[in-house]
Amino acid sequence: MTGELISSILVLIGAIFCALSAFGLVRLPDVYLRSHAATKSATLGVLCVLGGGFLYFWVVDGTVSFKLLLAIVFVFITSPVAGHLNGRSAYRSGIPLWEGSVQDDLKPLVDKGQEIPGEE
Amino acid sequence: MISALLTASLVILALAMLACLFRLLKGPTRSDRVAALDTIGIHVLAIIAVVSMQLNTQDFLEIILVIGILTFIGTTALARYIERGVVVQEGGDTHDR
Repeated sequence: MTGELISSILVLIGAIFCALSAFGLVRLPDVYLRSHAATKSATLGVLCVLGGGFLYFWVVDGTVSFKLLLAIVFVFITSPVAGHLNGRSAYRSGIPLWEGSVQDDLKPLVDKGQEIPGEE
Repeated sequence: MISALLTASLVILALAMLACLFRLLKGPTRSDRVAALDTIGIHVLAIIAVVSMQLNTQDFLEIILVIGILTFIGTTALARYIERGVVVQEGGDTHDR
């Protein structure tokens, strides 16, 4: 009973983090800031939800669900990578930063015509 | 109690998906839409986990893996497409959006 309650509270916390990421996705002014919100807090939220599901099935059924563990590891690895690729393609296609941004570390490299780090 | 908590989580996740749908429809650039699609895929994954908890079955857990993989591949392919579609314009300024 206690384990089920803890797991469902964990799921609720994860859902709240997902809602925060969606809020940031709507409210923030820029592609890069939006992808920051979408990547970080959505990853944390979905990891909380999947961890809650893992704990739930462990407590209720008594089985350790390796599929859920694999999903947790996979999302934890691929979600920041996808966000980074999206931000890089946005920068490469010339989408301007928000006018309130104070620093752009990549711009001098691009102006000098150097290769962007991480570019193949 | 537990069922009520799970239902509340489902409602919150559905509202978050609606917010992402707003950004997907409105988003001024293509990268905004790609980020919104990525987030929608992640929220679908969370919703499937909550539903399988509520139905008390482990049959849906493969779907979580498949949707995670498809979301990652889709985002990667769309980012590639956006990047390469501009790289084709040799040398010109790339401020077309």
